[in-house]
Amino acid sequence: MPSERASPGLKIAAGAGLAFLHLPILLIFLYAFTTEEKSYQFPPPGLTLKWFAVAWNRADIWPPLWLSLQVAAVSTLIAMVLGTLVAAAMAQSRFFGREQVSLLILLPIALPGVITGMALRSAFSVVDIPFSVWTIILGHATFCIVIVYNNAVARFRRLHGGVLEASADLGANGFQTFGYVLLPNLGSALLAGGMLAFALSFDEVIVTTFTAGQQSTLPIWMLTELVRPRQRPVTNVVAIVVVAMTFLPILAAYYLTRDGEHTAGAGK
Amino acid sequence: MLSDAPAVLPERGPADRLTAVFWRHPRVLLVLLLTPPLLWLGVVYLGSLAALLLQSFYSIDEFSGLVVPEFTLKTYAELFRAQNLDIILRTLTMAVLVTLTSAVIAFPIAYFAARFARGRWKALFYLGVMLPLWSSYLVKVYAWKLILAREGIVTWLAERAGAGPLLGRALDEQWFGGSSLSTSPVGTFIVFVYIWMPYMILPMQAALERVPGSMLEAAADLGASRGQAFRTVILPLALPGIVAGSIFTFSLTLGDYIIPQIIGNSARFIGLAVYQFQGTAGNLPLAAAFAVVPIVIMLVYLAIAKRLGAFDAL
Repeated sequence: MPSERASPGLKIAAGAGLAFLHLPILLIFLYAFTTEEKSYQFPPPGLTLKWFAVAWNRADIWPPLWLSLQVAAVSTLIAMVLGTLVAAAMAQSRFFGREQVSLLILLPIALPGVITGMALRSAFSVVDIPFSVWTIILGHATFCIVIVYNNAVARFRRLHGGVLEASADLGANGFQTFGYVLLPNLGSALLAGGMLAFALSFDEVIVTTFTAGQQSTLPIWMLTELVRPRQRPVTNVVAIVVVAMTFLPILAAYYLTRDGEHTAGAGK
Repeated sequence: MLSDAPAVLPERGPADRLTAVFWRHPRVLLVLLLTPPLLWLGVVYLGSLAALLLQSFYSIDEFSGLVVPEFTLKTYAELFRAQNLDIILRTLTMAVLVTLTSAVIAFPIAYFAARFARGRWKALFYLGVMLPLWSSYLVKVYAWKLILAREGIVTWLAERAGAGPLLGRALDEQWFGGSSLSTSPVGTFIVFVYIWMPYMILPMQAALERVPGSMLEAAADLGASRGQAFRTVILPLALPGIVAGSIFTFSLTLGDYIIPQIIGNSARFIGLAVYQFQGTAGNLPLAAAFAVVPIVIMLVYLAIAKRLGAFDAL
């Protein structure tokens, strides 16, 4: 190859691009400690820890947090079951309509959220379904399927078919093969997919505004605070919680799917 | 003693029998696996899209404000009113500008990660792209509200650098500004780029990684400079992947309605129009018709992307 070193211009552009992606989020942390609650004055006039206590004691934060956790947990479970089933079918055989199925799974996140939201809203109106926790879950599970599916299908692809045949040759039936061979190999990928789905559901707001009615999830609570701010630093404290709730699963998912070498038969 | 009987294990119960059925008829297993997810997606998702389409062919009674469930094209005709066309055009222009700008910012990151980053650095780049992409959407938008606020860090930096008057004059320009960056169209644009650009990087990087090294060696052997090799070998080969990467950025910008609601001069975009018509205005049919617009635009975009070979690159 002509040269294996990147030009300084490229290095600067790539570094600046990454800095552009990361620096803004840090400001959220800074503003959680500011003493100024009426504006976003920079630099903050003083630093304080009191907003964490204030946020803890605000009664209007806990119900949305609880609702978000419930929705994310149930949606993730549904998505994990459905996503794994599709991934297993896709890995098992090539069948007619395979491409259409993969497109159908991808569509809910490839099309703008406003379409999914508005579509669900129309459907609830046409069939007269009142808003409830379940209308939120219906939407969330739908766009979470693809996340679990992507993780599972990648692992299926690396999993060598020979191990399943070997299991059958050794006298295991399909269910034993599933329990002893398939699941242990898929486990970490499913866990990773589930964590990403949880993170996605936990802070989803675009679809949720259409399917929640009068209910308030944590992101919807944040959205109303953004439009009509009250104690601004409290919003920052909640934002830090949201960042932590999504950051940790994402990091865990990364480490769970990082070493592909440990999958059985992957060397083939 | 050797037996002539084939080595068949005795059946141990229903689990074995089912296994045998699946083995003889693989289609049965396939149908069993696919039925629940397809039922869900078919009913919940496609069903909803059908309801959306249906709703868009209804109209609203101007006097009672109730939805009239009869087939009509009246609602679609409303889309062609000047103020509604304005919304569509503004959204489309914004999506195109955001996609092009994102490509310019994303390309160096993807290029560096694909061609020069190795080992630890490669992992770092991957995380460096994944973390912002996955972190909370609202938190990211909120961060920019802090940054662009009149009393915020941008103003502070501009004043420190002696560019305060320059920023003030720019904000006075009609197309550029508002009372502060966080209420200006430029602010909306910056935040759109920030939020939807990361979706472009990984597909771009994958496309660049697929350009075979041997071709670059051949280009060098034939006397091409680095610039020539880049323009005549790397770029044409990676283009389908770049277009594939742009699909998400373009599509998600097209429908976003939270960003223009929080940052900008409250000029309306398609997503915002959908949200307002279904909410406060109570005009579900017009909201549905507006939601069909991005679907149609995306179909055209996908058709073009397919022509450019983007789908083989995904």
